[in-house]
Amino acid sequence: MSGVLAVIERNSGEWHRMSWETLAAAQQLAAQTGLTVSAAVVGEAGDLVNKKLDRIYAIQHGLLATYTADGFTAALEQLIRKTSPSIVLFPHTYQVRDFAPKLATRFHQVLVSDAVGFRIDAGAPIFVRQLFQGKLNADVKLGGAEPHFASIQAGAFRADQVEAGASQVERFAPELSAGSIRAKPEEPFRESARAVDLTSADIIVSVGRGIKEKGNIPIVEELAKALGAELAASRPICDSGWLPMERQVGSSGQTVSPKMYLAVGISGAIQHLVGMKGAKTIVAINKDANAPIFEVADYGIVGDLFEVVPALTEEVKKAKG
Amino acid sequence: MKILVSIKQVPARDSQLRIDTSGRWIQENDLTFEINEPDAFALEEALRLKEKHGGEVVALCAGPARASQTIREALAKGADRAIHIEEENLPAFDTLGVAKLLAKAAEAEKADLILTGLQSDDLGYGQTGVVLAELLGLPHGTIIMAVEKIDSGIRVKRELEDGWFQNVEMPLPAVLTIQSGINKLRYATLMGIKKAKTKEVKRLTAAELGVAATPTASIERVYLPQRTKQTQLIEGSAREAAAKLVEKLRFEARVI
Repeated sequence: MSGVLAVIERNSGEWHRMSWETLAAAQQLAAQTGLTVSAAVVGEAGDLVNKKLDRIYAIQHGLLATYTADGFTAALEQLIRKTSPSIVLFPHTYQVRDFAPKLATRFHQVLVSDAVGFRIDAGAPIFVRQLFQGKLNADVKLGGAEPHFASIQAGAFRADQVEAGASQVERFAPELSAGSIRAKPEEPFRESARAVDLTSADIIVSVGRGIKEKGNIPIVEELAKALGAELAASRPICDSGWLPMERQVGSSGQTVSPKMYLAVGISGAIQHLVGMKGAKTIVAINKDANAPIFEVADYGIVGDLFEVVPALTEEVKKAKG
Repeated sequence: MKILVSIKQVPARDSQLRIDTSGRWIQENDLTFEINEPDAFALEEALRLKEKHGGEVVALCAGPARASQTIREALAKGADRAIHIEEENLPAFDTLGVAKLLAKAAEAEKADLILTGLQSDDLGYGQTGVVLAELLGLPHGTIIMAVEKIDSGIRVKRELEDGWFQNVEMPLPAVLTIQSGINKLRYATLMGIKKAKTKEVKRLTAAELGVAATPTASIERVYLPQRTKQTQLIEGSAREAAAKLVEKLRFEARVI
């Protein structure tokens, strides 16, 4: 039997938020290709039984209690060889990035990573993914023997579109040996308690590479102050130590959805966009009219931030009296 | 410690990209190229590990003739020698094909550690390092923020999502994909640039490595993304645009 298999992620009992998005993608892909759709999860199926799925494979083994690439790859390889799906979908999480390319290689396939969508051409999916940090899109076609593998970008599908229904759980016990797992992971940790909670801010002014140097940060700070906003940044700014890590927005930082997000000199690489595209109103100031940030912006000014931002600060002060 | 660093040459970050006549890639002839930024951090980490533990740093790069400039820069920064898999039509190889080229060249080197950036700024598949590890039968770690040598191998700090981290131990040899920002990049010194000219660059071809281009993933079409939102672009001088924007934010979006 061949179908779509969604391999979704659950960490210590909690569903990864992108798991539902991938499930929605898998259901839509199955509906458009006439394939069945199943899900696989390492651990318990839990409330997955209330979703419209042909089958749920609950993969269980003591050696999978802690994630390792070796363990997860071996377990999923066995499940896939047994169930022969046509297409395997994953959420594009950090964990998936760590093992899914390895798994696809076992089947002499390439994982189409970070796909933002698909369309059906002659009964088979063509996946859409971004190139050049989001500046261009590409249609990618997979050939060679099935299964084909793709991972789905955060936010590309809607979690609330997962179809409810009923499903059967099948336990799958892979054969694993402790000796085949080479990495020894320790407990996850956080560097320090977050002093700055950007998620509760109504307005965020965020700064990116366009600011050029640390000495220019006050220009943006002034604007944030005038707006009563929290100051945030894209990753390179925090990497350079120009602002503390706790002010970083994006896949490795905080995910925010303020009333207004004002992006200054941020081109809008996907790693940043996933952290802020839920904002109600997005404003972008950037010198490059083709910067991907303008794809999500409600308002944009194409221009030199060193001229625009001080002018904006002044206008905001005037407006607020 | 013998460290192999896999680096890629990509269009410079600020490039204005134009789609070529085939519609399947970009026009490359008028672009400038540079080292893929995440790979620059991988190279820097390799140089630091060598300074601490001794050994050798070998830069490995698959790319057309123009990539020799990026290789020279890696040598100028301190790599001891380099391997250039010279292939004019690299896009004919998919991610797996490129990883096979790198794996074949890496096999002969028997390095203790292979480093690369976590993803490329052009294709952005983010998997060359992991596939390379699988082809070589080595353990790997991805999105690495620190590397420490220990008796049994290495202990690395892996970045997880939402500000979480995890330390992982693994035996050597191993492959690591390095997160940008793990270190501060150095500049090449004048002495380094001078020395680079005399350093060895071994040239290999796909044919010599016995790897044919048999892609399973192929780019059918490249195009500008459709805007998901209708952006109101505000024009005029900086002052005019700022005033108009504030008006819109007050009375239309009602966020001020």
